[in-house]
Amino acid sequence: MRADLPDKRARLPWGLSLAVARLVRAIIRASGRSGGTTLPGRILLALRPDAIERLADRIPGGSIIVSSTNGKTTTAAMISSILEVSGREVLHNRAGSNMHWGIATALLDSSNLSADAIGLFEIDEAWVSRLSPYLKPRLVVLGNLFRDQLDRYGELERLSDEWAAMVAGLPATCSLVLCADDPSVADLAESLPSGEEPIFFGMEDRSRALPEQSHAFDAKRCRRCGGTYRYERTFIGHLGHYSCSQCGHRRPTDVQVVARSVRLDGLAGSQFEFDTPSGSASVDLSLPGLYNVYNALAAIAAGRALEISTADTVRGLSETAAVFGRSETIDLAGGRVSLLLIKNPTGANEVLRTLVDEAGPSGALDLWIGLNDRIADGRDVSWVWDADFELLAEHVRSVTCSGSRAPEMALRLKYAGWPVGRIAVDEDLGNSLTAAVAGSQGTVYALPTYTALLDVRGKIAGKGHADEFWV
Amino acid sequence: MNGIRVAALYPDRMNIYADRGNLIFLQRRCEWRGLGFELMLCNEEKDLDPDATDLIYIGGGQDRDQIEIATDLVERKQASIRAAIESGAAVLAVCGGFQLLGHSYTLGDRTIEGLGICDFETRREPGERLIGNIEIEVSGLESLGGPGSLAGFENHGGRTYLGPEARPLGRVLKGHGNNGEDSTEGVQHGRVIGTYLHGPLLPKNSWFADWLIAISLTRPGEPLPELEPLDDQLEIAAHENARKACRS
Repeated sequence: MRADLPDKRARLPWGLSLAVARLVRAIIRASGRSGGTTLPGRILLALRPDAIERLADRIPGGSIIVSSTNGKTTTAAMISSILEVSGREVLHNRAGSNMHWGIATALLDSSNLSADAIGLFEIDEAWVSRLSPYLKPRLVVLGNLFRDQLDRYGELERLSDEWAAMVAGLPATCSLVLCADDPSVADLAESLPSGEEPIFFGMEDRSRALPEQSHAFDAKRCRRCGGTYRYERTFIGHLGHYSCSQCGHRRPTDVQVVARSVRLDGLAGSQFEFDTPSGSASVDLSLPGLYNVYNALAAIAAGRALEISTADTVRGLSETAAVFGRSETIDLAGGRVSLLLIKNPTGANEVLRTLVDEAGPSGALDLWIGLNDRIADGRDVSWVWDADFELLAEHVRSVTCSGSRAPEMALRLKYAGWPVGRIAVDEDLGNSLTAAVAGSQGTVYALPTYTALLDVRGKIAGKGHADEFWV
Repeated sequence: MNGIRVAALYPDRMNIYADRGNLIFLQRRCEWRGLGFELMLCNEEKDLDPDATDLIYIGGGQDRDQIEIATDLVERKQASIRAAIESGAAVLAVCGGFQLLGHSYTLGDRTIEGLGICDFETRREPGERLIGNIEIEVSGLESLGGPGSLAGFENHGGRTYLGPEARPLGRVLKGHGNNGEDSTEGVQHGRVIGTYLHGPLLPKNSWFADWLIAISLTRPGEPLPELEPLDDQLEIAAHENARKACRS
């Protein structure tokens, strides 16, 4: 659902409003309840609709905005790590609460920052264009646009129009980082005021091209003229090397940050080399999959915009650990759980490809899939039919389907050719995951949607096995 | 009784709500029964063959895709679609595809002409999109027993208003339906079915998928064949869960 920022009337004096919001946050934290990353900001914005703008203005080093359908949380974590390695204090909504309430909550910490502290905000793709004018960013990093939660975001084309309007309204001093391989993102360069140049990033390792276009393919038509894009190759969904057959619009030729020689090593991580105009370097990521190489490229480009040295950038990337449920591994009594968030077809496909790698040619995995349909997941679960679960059909030792739409998930797997006798259905998230671990060969690969992730992670944290996440 | 031939219209562009799920579902259920399943993909460049089509499928798309394919549909495929229907082919049109079965679709000051196969028109009016889980009660389908329930998800900006010649596919039990006002959902005209239900529709309603297979195996007037029963425990559980979601 879309909601605009509340009306502009302040209901309490500024200092008192801040004190109330901070008190609420302290109480929630002390009580150990969830909601600590949104409720304080919600109260603050109700009392002071101007809170985001006022608090953001206080950040001495300005603000960075990161948005994309897939990878924004990890990209922001990488940029945060790079900044910290380079000695900067970072104010970051790191728990992934990325709508207006979450941003306002994170901003509660904007007093008493050091003189060069910088704000880093991962923002939901539907909210970013509305929050950008308040945050007055110095750098905006835009990754990709894939179909996701059509019931909430509406059609993709509307979202890219909103992004274009946002780019057109950026402060003159703001730098812009864009993915060259996503036509609807790269084309945002056209919306910049004349004379401004974005920093593009993209993939150059042609051996990583997909054997065929995937079904979940969201940019077939040129944004400018409606002509059909011709792809020389694609890497993830519609990310690739393209040109319009009609008007000639093509992938930018001045891509400053490119990856080559990518090596993927299942869930253990990946390695790649990158080129920038100031030199080349090699990176060891402890994060899996080509999608994280793309996230790292975005972070490298952000590092360039912030004039951080290549050495600090490389170190920051290699020190980035898995974030909240994105290939995070947690040890439990009787085994371990690898949490891999899935939320839309393209993201799920990349997780499935990584698991095929992880299984090896003849290996089989114990899996658990948690499909919820709450608002943050998308009420519409039809997207599971757009994801290519067929990819993993030959590598299933066992699978438990859980969450509020567990039966629909199980049905999808049956029609993707997964052996029906190995599919169990249990809607109870916590119990079914515990049972899956007990029946596994040691590791359960758990694929939850967003609220299912919050739920199972809360249960695991409740048993003392995972760190609590606060802003 | 050897199989069905399905023409999927604009599968590259009219597929926004996981429409391929409907096709995968039909294909597997035919294969498991030893029935043939032939799929013809008909994008802009390719017309369908009315003499070799038992079922025409068209899904939903983004506004721009829908507007662009509408011209091709009405100007270049209309004759063969009408000929196929004339010779007894069935049609399943979902969401944006459904809208194009009617006379017209009006978005602001722009009106797209539809096929006019069924008597209805669609208008984009001010107000929220109609979004959510939906269940409808279906009755009166050819040679079908008592009423059946269809469950799914709807997400449409256009409001559809049926004319006097049109009958709805079903009556809304939960959700919005054609326009959020008159409790009608979809349209049904002989073997031509239009509906806003995706989810996708057929996996959530296996009985309806089998009915489509059965009518696609026959021509009008012929008795419907008995299909070999399948183990449908997961299919029935998914249907019941989708119904439950309408009430939560």
